[in-house]
Amino acid sequence: MAVSLFYFFVFPGLLFAATIGAFLSWFDRKITARVQFRKGPPLLQPFYDFFKLLLVKETILPRHGSPLLFLLAPIFAVIGATLASVFILLPLFSINTGFKGDLLVIFYLLTIPSFSYIIGALASGNPLAAVGGSREMKLILGYEMTFILVIAGIIMKCEQHFDLNTIIQTQQEGTPFIGSISGVLLFIVAIFCIQAKLALVPFDMPEAETEITEGIFIEYSGAAYAMIKLAKYIMLFILPALIVAMLMSGFNLHGINILWAILKVLGVVLALTLIRNTNPRVKIKQAISFFMIWMNLIAVIALVLIAFGL
Amino acid sequence: MGFKSYCFKKSLWVFHFGGASCNNCDIEILDCLTPRHDLERFGILLVGSIRHADVLLVNGSINRRDKERLLEIYNQAPKPILVVAIGACGCTGGIFAEGMTFAGPVDKIIPVNAYIPGCPPKPEAIIAGIVKLVNNS
Ligand code: SF4
Repeated sequence: MAVSLFYFFVFPGLLFAATIGAFLSWFDRKITARVQFRKGPPLLQPFYDFFKLLLVKETILPRHGSPLLFLLAPIFAVIGATLASVFILLPLFSINTGFKGDLLVIFYLLTIPSFSYIIGALASGNPLAAVGGSREMKLILGYEMTFILVIAGIIMKCEQHFDLNTIIQTQQEGTPFIGSISGVLLFIVAIFCIQAKLALVPFDMPEAETEITEGIFIEYSGAAYAMIKLAKYIMLFILPALIVAMLMSGFNLHGINILWAILKVLGVVLALTLIRNTNPRVKIKQAISFFMIWMNLIAVIALVLIAFGL
Repeated sequence: MGFKSYCFKKSLWVFHFGGASCNNCDIEILDCLTPRHDLERFGILLVGSIRHADVLLVNGSINRRDKERLLEIYNQAPKPILVVAIGACGCTGGIFAEGMTFAGPVDKIIPVNAYIPGCPPKPEAIIAGIVKLVNNS
């Protein structure tokens, strides 16, 4: 019991994932600043933001709408993100528990934050939040199918093994999955899915700042918004970590290899940041057809290639 | 100085309220966020929703219709909120002070923490004003 609680709250759950995620969020902002020839925020900026929201600011409840649901939604988001982080990071750090890291469980846990944002947005009673919520829902419909195709591809590559432990071991004994044509295709598709899951530009229409003024988060302030930030930090770490586990042979924690593991995660985040900085926001319809037609097509091609053993 | 106020100082999120301005002040405010002046160095971000704001920047002359909006925006902001009046219009009314629709200046309507005069103030002056605001709050 105590061990499970430790896993959930400290390592590799809430505290660890959120700290790393906060640093990654700083990395993302710093790279953005460098791309735009700016200096960028200081290293501890995400922590200042989080603690300011948590400790200093007042939390305002909506008068029209459901205050209880409005407050519960960010907490659900944090719980969902933390559970997913535990289930992804335990196999990654090769900590042996009874759970082997079933990919489908992880897949479902990863959708909890997005759904909680929608619930919170709809409970706030703000029309712009409702617009954001409906966009997020459509976005989920778009990318979820593609994401499950990626996961199916990984499972096929690993001879029908569903658990992350075996997937990582297979790659570490052989070559990483990204070292084949189908692996590269899956990687491209997975990067775009993650971009949409994190709601980064070009898929940030649920929280389009200049258009519907932060959309789903428009009514959140103070501690409730801090919880949302926390969930976002965690997601920013575990989604790249999941890609590293699925396609880039996971972490190897012996000696100098730790540096290599860190570089892999940073590399994936760098790719996300560069995509975010070089693209404009697309319309929701374009995003859906992008995933439904093009990304699904690439994923299916990858699946066919895998069936032929490429 | 406590941990709380330190975090607050290090992460000021700005919401921009433009009254009946001639748009020069708006441009200078946006200028502060461009690569040349880069306010994100200090953790200052421009946010889209007043619920996330720590600083309310008000510029332009406040006429009778703006007054209601400004009050509403101010009441919707989560406390603590700092108010900065930018430009001659925001501080005193400037050339509009005698106009018949004029309802300001800003400090008659809501409490103001800092005044940044100028028509329009230079970005450096805005940054200097915000630094002073941060150090005094
Ligand atoms: S202070 Fe001057 S520059 Fe600024 S809005 Fe007023 S008239 Fe325009």
